Amino acid sequence: MTKKANITLVINGEKHSLEVEPRRTLADAIREDCGQTGTHIGCEHGVCGACTVLVDDVPARSCLMFAIQANGKRIRTVEGLAENGQMHPLQEAFMEHHGLQCGFCTPGFLMLATGVLEREPDISDEDLVDVLSSNLCRCTGYQNIIKAVRAAAQEMRTGMRSVTRTR
Amino acid sequence: MSAHSHDIKTWVGRSIRRVEDPALVAGLGRFTGDLPAKRWVRFVRSPVASGRIKSIKAPPGAMVIAMPELAGVKRLRPMLHKFNYVPIEQPILADGVVRFVGEPVAAVVASSEEEAEDIVDLVEVEIEEIAPVVDAKAAIAQGAQAVHGMAPTNVIVEGKVKTGGFDATWAAAAHIVGVEVRSRRQNALPLEPRGGHASYDLATGRVTLTCSTQMPHLMRTVIADLANMPEADLRVIAPDVGGGFGQKMSLPTEYVTLVWLARKLRTSVAWTEDRRENLIACFHSRDQYVTLQGAFDRDGKLLALSADVLANIGAYSCFPTTCAVEPLMAMAEMPGPYTVREYSCHARGVVTNTCPMAPYRGVSRPVITLALERLMDRSAATMGIDPVDLRRRNLVTNFPYTSAMGLVFDDASYLETMELAVEALDIPAFRKRQGEARAQGRYLGLGISTFSERTGYGTPAFAARGMEITPGWEIVELGMDPSGRVEARIGASPHGQGLRTSLAQIIADELGIEPGKVSIIHGDTDRTPYGFGTFASRSAVISGGASLLAARKVRSKLVSIAAHLLEASADDVELVEGVARVKGTDRAIPIEQVARAAYHRAHLFPDLGPGLSESASYDPSGTFSNACHAVILEVDIGTGGVKIERYIVAEDAGRLINPIIAEGQIHGGVAQGIANALYEEIIYDETGNILTTTLADYLPPTSHEIPRIEIFHLKTLTGDTITQAKGLGEGGAIGAPAAIVNAINDALSPFGVSLDEIPVTPQRIHAALETAKETTKRQS
Repeated sequence: MTKKANITLVINGEKHSLEVEPRRTLADAIREDCGQTGTHIGCEHGVCGACTVLVDDVPARSCLMFAIQANGKRIRTVEGLAENGQMHPLQEAFMEHHGLQCGFCTPGFLMLATGVLEREPDISDEDLVDVLSSNLCRCTGYQNIIKAVRAAAQEMRTGMRSVTRTR
Repeated sequence: MSAHSHDIKTWVGRSIRRVEDPALVAGLGRFTGDLPAKRWVRFVRSPVASGRIKSIKAPPGAMVIAMPELAGVKRLRPMLHKFNYVPIEQPILADGVVRFVGEPVAAVVASSEEEAEDIVDLVEVEIEEIAPVVDAKAAIAQGAQAVHGMAPTNVIVEGKVKTGGFDATWAAAAHIVGVEVRSRRQNALPLEPRGGHASYDLATGRVTLTCSTQMPHLMRTVIADLANMPEADLRVIAPDVGGGFGQKMSLPTEYVTLVWLARKLRTSVAWTEDRRENLIACFHSRDQYVTLQGAFDRDGKLLALSADVLANIGAYSCFPTTCAVEPLMAMAEMPGPYTVREYSCHARGVVTNTCPMAPYRGVSRPVITLALERLMDRSAATMGIDPVDLRRRNLVTNFPYTSAMGLVFDDASYLETMELAVEALDIPAFRKRQGEARAQGRYLGLGISTFSERTGYGTPAFAARGMEITPGWEIVELGMDPSGRVEARIGASPHGQGLRTSLAQIIADELGIEPGKVSIIHGDTDRTPYGFGTFASRSAVISGGASLLAARKVRSKLVSIAAHLLEASADDVELVEGVARVKGTDRAIPIEQVARAAYHRAHLFPDLGPGLSESASYDPSGTFSNACHAVILEVDIGTGGVKIERYIVAEDAGRLINPIIAEGQIHGGVAQGIANALYEEIIYDETGNILTTTLADYLPPTSHEIPRIEIFHLKTLTGDTITQAKGLGEGGAIGAPAAIVNAINDALSPFGVSLDEIPVTPQRIHAALETAKETTKRQS
């Protein structure tokens, strides 16, 4: 058994001090050590993107990153999207446009889209489809995910809510 | 709103938001893998397709359970009473023999998943290899190795049918055209793999198995049977389930091991399947050959069909449907939406040393529709008839229609949906564009497929197959509490279909309340009536029908009580917008007040009995929804790549309870059908080893590959279901392969190729074009 390391993960603004094996993935640490089970694991190969979280505001496959690599970094997960009991425009749009069915891939898509729309609020429809092809969904045929993210992008641009979140 | 208003909107027919969604978008869904456990299980799996186990050596101190330890646990023996079915058995862990790569050989139990994984790597399994049988055709060849001793020919189910006038009709036909199609092997691929969590309760001795399943009640029955425990001592919970598509309706033997371990260790044990396990050892699907010939008269009227169906069913038969479901459904439904009176079919299911098969969205119909629709296009070409026109001459238009196999088709719109799709395509404009593109070396193609989708069928349909377990009905227990809130407990087990929302809409209309006041409880055998779960496009129809019937009973009681309270005749009382009202007056009382009276003032209406709890069951004969899919695509003859330009679905599923949910089902089905047509293939090498063990090898499509799907609805309100709704969960997957393959062949028609094997990968297109080139060279 390898020697464990002490690390700190800052998840949705909350500090978690952990003792982890170097081989422990960020996904496992988030889910099992920090109890944030909204981040899902679909393949552990970095293909499906269900485990996508934001690490220092950049979308990352948490199954391909070791927890120790995220030491001290700011991690955002689906549990942190809503603020003061108010859903994020992306969450609202996914509900309004039926952008989810079983809901297993949804947290990954929400975090992927959040990262992209924060970085590039004026992203073209074509580029958006390109970015969304990073993740897999088996239920929706992507039709309403694309529709929902486009609607949310529009909503976020028209300033219902500040796009740049408090850092 | 005025109490006199008669402008009452129904909830059915509206695309209201789903009640399932707020938790799921907030990351508050509860999936099996979210539960903590005291002990974790990993399975040691066979690395070879066929062989005898010589020894299993565990590292010192490790807990490794193999079959000898599972004393008293029975073998799984799914049963069918017809069609020469051979009841092969499956041990819960391999019992001296391994029959496919990935078969569970032993279970490692440790205090963490990581530790269990480490131990699995240290377990030494010595296996003496036996040459495997991988392909279905090889399995039925003379002298092929028998996969199971009790099935020496490897054929374990066989159906034969021939109508009385077949031979004479065949002999007299003007044209006979044939096609052989092959569908390679697919994985249903829910994003959440399987997983189970079995927890022993020290106080009661009961075990709660939380697992990712579509059929909690049947899981309880079969696991209790196999583990030799009282069924009442097992509670099965299907929490949020991350997709199923059929893969999660069959029993994973792993769940039996988990329950056995929880009882033995008197603690909680869990297993989460990883993607590699899912790809190699979770149920596969398709992998069928269909040879189909059609006999036509001079006018292109289809007179007779002759079919041969060969289905690779893998190493074991699945529970509860048995592996016979694919070949037998193909045999029963092959004639599809065409009025053909003479029919002959030979359908076989064959065991091989490959992962077991189980039903997957569409079940045999994607393959038979591919065969039938390829036959239509090829016959049209042979006879010099326009392919759309050939279909016009043969589609069923008079209802009810009884098929050559005796299936009764209710009202549908086969012709009308095709005309709708064809009009949307604008074929003349396309042909012009196609010609211009060809002149520039670009190859555009157009393809259509029409099909019927048998849905929502009850016990008679399953009994016809001779199934030991004959599903069909559903029960709904519906109660209104004293505050006027409704709870409906259902035996169906939705896992993404939004059924909680749709059923709430049906119930809300009947009781004159908002859907938000209706909770649907499912997926817990302690809380719900026995039922068959969610599969076969059945839940909206059957659970929806039972919900409506139960709601009618509660409605009747509410009306009677309200009539007492309002001092009116029950015939004059209506339930609308949350009140019980005397029709045409403003005399009304809130439904909550009626509900309270039902419990607290029951002495006032002794004839009615106290409370507002009712139960109803529904077992319909079944209904056929239908659709026409139409595709325009481009084939790059340089790379063999296919780009879909336009995808049209003209469908008819009767009354749509929640249109946005219905469309979502079509979207997802079409995407999986496109995957089946162009991308996804589980590949075995000749030794029975799987080459596609990650999602980077097995190619599920992304948002890049799935085009915008245009949907047109027709609504034939069937009299064969009480909600007038038809199921539509599988149609998308059924129609897509045929439409796409027809379009590819249309695009490549100048080359004289016929591509009839799916997925039509770039390699297959390239190979077909090369072969055609060689042939042309040799001829010139």
